Amino acid sequence: MGRVQIKKKSMFIDMTAMSDVTVLLLTFFMLTGNFIKKEPVQVVTPGSVSEIKIPETNILQILVEPSGKIFMSLDKQQDMAATLEAVGKEYGLTFTPEEVKKFSVFQTFGVPMKNMKQFLALPGEEQDKILKNYGIPCDSVDNQFKSWIRNARAANRDLRIAIKADQSTPYSVIKNVMSSLQDLKENRYNLITSLKQVSDD
Amino acid sequence: MAEVQDNGGRKGKGSKQKKMAVRVDFTPMVDMNMLLITFFMLCTSLSKPQTMEISMPTNDENITEDQQNKVKASQALTLLLDADNRIYYYEGEPNYEDYTSLKETSYTADGIRKVLLRKNYDAVKKVEELKQKKANLEITEDEYKKQVSEVKGAKNTPTVIIKATDKSTYKNLIDALDEMQICSIGKYVIVDITEGDQFLIDNYNTKGQLSSNAVS
Repeated sequence: MGRVQIKKKSMFIDMTAMSDVTVLLLTFFMLTGNFIKKEPVQVVTPGSVSEIKIPETNILQILVEPSGKIFMSLDKQQDMAATLEAVGKEYGLTFTPEEVKKFSVFQTFGVPMKNMKQFLALPGEEQDKILKNYGIPCDSVDNQFKSWIRNARAANRDLRIAIKADQSTPYSVIKNVMSSLQDLKENRYNLITSLKQVSDD
Repeated sequence: MAEVQDNGGRKGKGSKQKKMAVRVDFTPMVDMNMLLITFFMLCTSLSKPQTMEISMPTNDENITEDQQNKVKASQALTLLLDADNRIYYYEGEPNYEDYTSLKETSYTADGIRKVLLRKNYDAVKKVEELKQKKANLEITEDEYKKQVSEVKGAKNTPTVIIKATDKSTYKNLIDALDEMQICSIGKYVIVDITEGDQFLIDNYNTKGQLSSNAVS
């Protein structure tokens, strides 16, 4: 009889403020972040004190893996298509429009020309899996790397070349890349590094 | 769940419309936003990568000896980058007879940076002054850049020649280039290692045995 009845109230927390905060955070992340490119190999770039930011467009990135495999990426799809066709012509290969379209959406490429057709015919997941086993040949016998660079340059005159290499890459590999670039009279390029403060050690 | 609450109020006067407080439940909205935030946090990188700009000399073989800029021996400093993060340096012309002309140092602040700062003392001091001026807003960013490049390109500044052996890593090269920037050295060049330089390193590591063998 004398029991105190606790009134059941519907708990209603006002989520409006919370929603405001999350929308703000979301906006921040959308505006400041830039998407991480899918790369076939993980590279750790060495730190440097240089504070120059890499430009956003017209970048030809050369990815160098410690074992010496080279991959490339271009940021414009029409450049990708034009480059593929031009390089294909040099190696006596013609690509169907579908193949060119497939190629131009790649984020990173690096397959020897003789495997290119076969590679393009594979489904997407398979390509990701086996791409890291390839790499653009860059040696004195078969220097496809040079023709890629030359044709990419022909496709887009404003390209800036950026080399992204792992910090444990032996210098001989880098030297090979650099001297190939020098042969093409590409004497100015960027080396991608990560930020490091001027330390005392 | 959106809820519509009656805020009590008048009854009876049918002609008046009831005022309703409309409350929309934002919980699902918050859930969705949180999911999106998580997605953006995982899939984007906030920091843009830094770069280092370098210009390499041309491979052109047509350049004759006298077209090349000869570096005065007194102002030249050669860095030799070797395996296992070892770094050696010698000033001016290499002396193949005396193994102590090659000195071993390290990538730390006490090592190579000290050597370079000493060698480039005047320029470093001037750049420091300019930096201070820029911090005090006495000169603009553009003027600062212009003057720094003038100081770096001045006649009496040292020229550093970076020679990396095949066993050195990319990190070593970047570290060496970094030191150039820290020590305000405007003139540096990356060249291939020569046999003579390799001999110097080997000679140093065997404490001069090679050169004494060659003499005897």
